[in-house]
Formats: sequence, C-alpha cells, structure tokens
Amino acid sequence: MPGTVQSIERAAAILRILAGGPGRLGLSEIARALDLAKGTTHGILRTLQVVGFVEQDRVSGQYQLGGALLHLGTSYLDINELRSRSINWADPLAARSGEAVRIGTVLEGRVLVVHHVFRPDDTFQTLDVGALLPLHATALGKVLLAYRPFVSSDLEAYTRLTIVEPKALAAALEGVRETGWATEVEEFLLGQAAVAAPIRGYGGLVVGAIGISGPVERICDSRYRPHQRLVTYVRDAARAVSRDLGAAR
Amino acid sequence: MTESFVVAIDQGTTSTRCIVFDRRGQLVSLAQQEHKQHFPRPGWVEHDAAEIWRNVERLAPRALRRAGIGLDQVAALGIANQRETTVLWDRRNGTPIGRAITWQDTRTDALVHELEGRPEAKEVEHRAGLPLATYFSGPRLQWILDHTPGLRERAERGDVLCGTMETWLIWNLTGGLHVTDVTNASRTMLLDVRSLDWSEESLSFFGIPRAMLPEVRPSIGVFGTATAAFPGVRIGAALGDQQAALFGQTCFTPGEAKCTYGTGSFLLLNTGNELVRSDNGLLSTVAYQIAGEPAAYALEGSIAITGSLVQWFRDQLELISSAPEIETLARTVADNGGCYIVPAFSGLYAPYWRSEARGVIVGLTSYITKGHLARAVLEATAWQTREVVDAMNANSGLTLTTLKVDGGMTADNLLMQMIADVLDVPLVRPLAVETVSLGAAYAAGLAVGYWPDLDGLRRNWHIAGQWMPAMDPVVRSAEYANWRRAVERTFDWIQPA
Repeated sequence: MPGTVQSIERAAAILRILAGGPGRLGLSEIARALDLAKGTTHGILRTLQVVGFVEQDRVSGQYQLGGALLHLGTSYLDINELRSRSINWADPLAARSGEAVRIGTVLEGRVLVVHHVFRPDDTFQTLDVGALLPLHATALGKVLLAYRPFVSSDLEAYTRLTIVEPKALAAALEGVRETGWATEVEEFLLGQAAVAAPIRGYGGLVVGAIGISGPVERICDSRYRPHQRLVTYVRDAARAVSRDLGAAR
Repeated sequence: MTESFVVAIDQGTTSTRCIVFDRRGQLVSLAQQEHKQHFPRPGWVEHDAAEIWRNVERLAPRALRRAGIGLDQVAALGIANQRETTVLWDRRNGTPIGRAITWQDTRTDALVHELEGRPEAKEVEHRAGLPLATYFSGPRLQWILDHTPGLRERAERGDVLCGTMETWLIWNLTGGLHVTDVTNASRTMLLDVRSLDWSEESLSFFGIPRAMLPEVRPSIGVFGTATAAFPGVRIGAALGDQQAALFGQTCFTPGEAKCTYGTGSFLLLNTGNELVRSDNGLLSTVAYQIAGEPAAYALEGSIAITGSLVQWFRDQLELISSAPEIETLARTVADNGGCYIVPAFSGLYAPYWRSEARGVIVGLTSYITKGHLARAVLEATAWQTREVVDAMNANSGLTLTTLKVDGGMTADNLLMQMIADVLDVPLVRPLAVETVSLGAAYAAGLAVGYWPDLDGLRRNWHIAGQWMPAMDPVVRSAEYANWRRAVERTFDWIQPA
C-alpha cells in the first residue's frame, strides 16, 4: 500500500483496541491482539502517551485511552495553561525589546489575549487579558490565521491600511508561513506597529502567538519594516515557549 | 569580551531548578527536576537528600548547555532553598542519615506541645523570634536525635552533621565545607536572632550537640569555590527561598513588602536593621546580611497551604488535569455559591499558629459544583493573604498601600484579581516571576562585584502587570466575615492523645 505510514496504521489499531476493550489492557495483550513485537508496540504506546492519547496506570502498568482524545474536537491547550507555560519567556521578551508583550489564541473568530506584559518603563498601563482583537488586522491574528484552515469572512477596515481584500490577506498569510513571523503596521491602530510569531505544541501544531507592539517609530525602521533585532527577539521567545510545550521533540 | 552570567540554584519543596541570569536580571535558561515526595505516615513529609544532590549535578550542565555558555562564563553561584527542612549526614562519607524531614512535616506535634509547657519555652521563643511550632527545624532535630539510637553520642563526637538544604548543597558542592547562612539559621529556633550565633541555652533546651551544627555566615559573601557540579565557580550567596524572593523584588528599604505565591505563600516586610517583634502571630526573621554589614530583618506572615491546595485539587480529587486549569474551572461560575475551603492540612500558620486545626469545606449544598469548589480553592489563598496583611498592618503600624507579588501562582489572573479585591490595594507583578532564583542570583552577583550595588539591582525592577481592586466593600466585608467563621470551624479538631 504505497502512500501510507505503517506506524500510524498501527497506532490507530492500538487506539481502536483500547477503545473497544472493557477497560485497561496490558502491553502483551495489545501486542498479541495485533500480532506485533512487544518492543514495537511499546514504542508506539510511549509515543501515544507523550501526546496524551494514551495513559498508563501507575500501579498496574496497563494502558487506557488518554484524556486528550476527549478534547480533540475542542481547544487543544487550556488558555490558562498556555499563559502559565509562557510567562517565563514573555518577561525576558519585554525586557529585551522594551515593548509590551501579548500572547493570543483564537476564540470565536477573534484573537483572545491570554497574557499581557507591560512595556517595562513603569508608566501606568492596564492589563488587557481577556480582550478580543481582530484576526486579520493584527500581527498576532495573522500568525494564528496563517496556520489554520482559512475562512475568509467579513474583513472590517480599522484604518486605511487594514487588509480588507481576501486575496491580499491570503498573500500576506502565505508570507507569514514563509518567514515564520507576522507584522502589523498601522493596520489596527494608527501609529502602532507589532511583530508576532507562532507558539507550537506537540507535533508542531500552532497553539498560540506571541508578539510585541508599540509605536511605529520604535518598532519599525524608516521604510516601515520592523527592526530585525526585534523580530529575532520575538522568534526566540516563541521558540523557547514552544520548546517548553514539547514542540519538535 | 565574552559575556558573563550568574547562576542560581533554587532548591524548592517539589523541585530543584538551575537558572542562568544575565546582567539585566533576565532569565536566559532554566533546567528543572522534580524530586519524590515521601509520605510514610499521615503528617509525615520527607525528601531524599541524596536524590536532590544528584538532581543538582544533573541540572548544572543542562542549564549551561541551554544558555549556550561555559563554566568560565559563570561569575558566581547563588543558592536559595526550601527553609526549615532538615537533613543529617555522616561526616566521613557524606551519606544522609535517614531522609530529610521537610517543613510541612508535623510529626513533632506532641513534642512541641510538651516543649511549650517547659518554663524556659518563652525565653527560647523570644531569642529565636519565632513561636514554638512543628514548622521549624529545632524540634525536628531533637525528634530525630530522640528516635535514632546512638545518634546523639555520634553527634557529640562530631561524626554526624546536620543542616538545612543550603548547608547540604554547599557541603556537596565544595566537598566538605559545613556552613549555613543567617537567614536559614534564623528558622531553626536555635539561633539568637540578635547576636546571629547559635544560642547555648536554646541548644540545651532542645538537647542538640553544638558539634553537629554548621558555622553561621552572612548570606551575601563568598562561601567558597565549588569543586562539583560547577567546578571552579564561587558560591557568592545562600538565602532561604522567601528571603531570596524579598531580595529579588529589591525590597531593600524598610516598609517594602512582597508576597510569593507557591506551594505555601509568604509575605515578608523589610523592617531594616531593627528587629520588630510580633504579638499577633508574625515571625521575626533575618531578611539578609551582606558580609561586613549589620543584618536586615523582616516580619514574615507564613501561609502553609496555597499552591499545594491547587495540587491537592488536581492530584487527590482529580478535578483538573493541570494546575492552571483551576482558573478555567473557577471561571465557569460567577461566585463561590456559599462554599468555603479552609486548607488547614497541617494546622494553621500565621496569624493563628494552631497546629491542632484541620481543613474544612463548609457551606456545601446540592447547588455546589466543581466550579464553586475551584473558586473556593482560589479564594482560600486570597483570604489567607488578607489575614496576614491585617496582622502586618496592626503590628508594624504601617498600612500596606501596594503589594509586590511573585511566584508561579501569579500566572493565575483570577486569583491575582481576587487578592487585589480582598486586600483593597493594587497588586504589582515585576518583570521576573522567578524572584526566588533572581534574589539568589542578585545576592551572589553582588558578592563578587558582578553588580555594583543595591541601587544597580533596583534599576532592573520594572512593573510587568498590575491588578486594581474592584470589589464592592459591602460584599468584601460580608465575604470576609464568612471566611472567618469558616476558619473557626477548623480549630481544635485534633485532640491531644
């Protein structure tokens, strides 16, 4: 059967057996049922365990379906978990860039701000965790759009520079996928610019975006391109959070 | 010129971490390893000190590798550690004698009760600045000596050594230097908190041979050079974890306070070179001492169970699968539904100090869902903070106007808002949640001249987040009254045998 991956077929078979069984199953039972070597079966079970599809009982050592399977249809990563896991890397990003940091994820067609670090200049600022931002008009949103099936909907204009043409947006998202980061220059708020990069979880799945934002003259050079130094900080922070979340293991 | 860094070891209750910091006090890399919690009997909590040292040896290269730096780029090493946890070992081969008994362990309950009845007890408490409680190392040490045949004789001969975790780590790092710092020593009940040396009277009260105790050193000043884990690196500082957090929050001026939200939560107020005594359940403790300078003191309000209540909710009740999910669950409801949880798992700490209290869940009705329970879990941390702040305001004569917060639980926005609401003051989070490690790094860097002075450290401190109080005062006072009634229901649960 050309074009299929044997280990994925085997993994699927293991999940079916676990789903069909009365409860937990031992390694030898599973191996026997599929006529597989114990070592092979164990390797697949361990991988399924890492991604949360299978759980192993601590006492008996037997396997059962994991909780992550139940949440497959809903959100993959709890937003409070995402904040908790990224907080250590968002702070250094704010310190190095000198700008405010936000982390966002998708909620009902908008960017939900799940974490916000103030611009480190000790001026009065207000936490906007919980705020909703437009996907197509922000750097965070463009990152999130770039890595999911794209549904072109009502592209509202926030400024003269907001991308409102579906074709233009598709091209911009293609650019995000190519470079691995997104930018926003006066597309949402006049005088404001932003840079964002994807946060990835297990298997490389994009679970959120992290970015900085601030006045155009600080974020961008004279040609309205973000300073390379800032882009590097954002991408480094995104990679550090992704590493903590188990991406690219 | 190659850049240099400072490394902190944070030897905590559930895990050990090695963190690399740069000159701006920003985290460069982090390596972490949990260690096993041993619960041999109800109320007993032990750690394997050998396992913890092995973890440090493993974490050291991992942290440096992740930072992409070599040992020659490490300017100094600082240690922050879980306090009051006590370990004994054989002087000749360095093998631990039994497991380390942790600060959460309540096995000395009966012993403490008995000690309280002795005529010298008040003097011992006054000298130490602490109330007699199972929390501190002195009674724990006496218990071990009483319950291990022949141990006291070996200790008198100097064959057996004891220490808190920083003492154990420095002994292993340096291959045999037996020292402690004033902040850790101030949590034993054996130290005269004014003279900053072991008190002969207190030692004889607990029956502890002086030969087994480490030498007391200032917290900030070169202890020695490591020969293991970080060979060639100078150990610049050691502090108890909460004192390290106070230092990391740059609370160098009298009147500055911070609260660290972790397994337990600890509010410390810098009282300067004056030792302030408490009449309402706060501890008088050493904040830090720079070598060659007088010590800075602090008033401390300790709360035993905060983050560990969330862990209990996750691991024992299995209502959530990760700690941050407590916020998700709590947000499924608008209020606590009349339900309160008082987590007096090992008695109540400040301001009550009642070791016979045990936890309660009150206000249960058929209306209560797991969402309400999750809210009650978070509110327990908020109200316990309020009680400590009230005691601190009454004791110091100052009124707290803003609270600096740090620790892992500051990632919980709902909790931070609740605390701001019940305290009716703004909460500020600095641009470094890992203040325990940062404080150890700051202290070590200061000792070797990596940072010039305290002002230089202060300039690194910036606000990263702020929560403003927004609770109706009528609701606040009604809820506080309910909380206090719930607390009263925990009293006198354990009856003297």
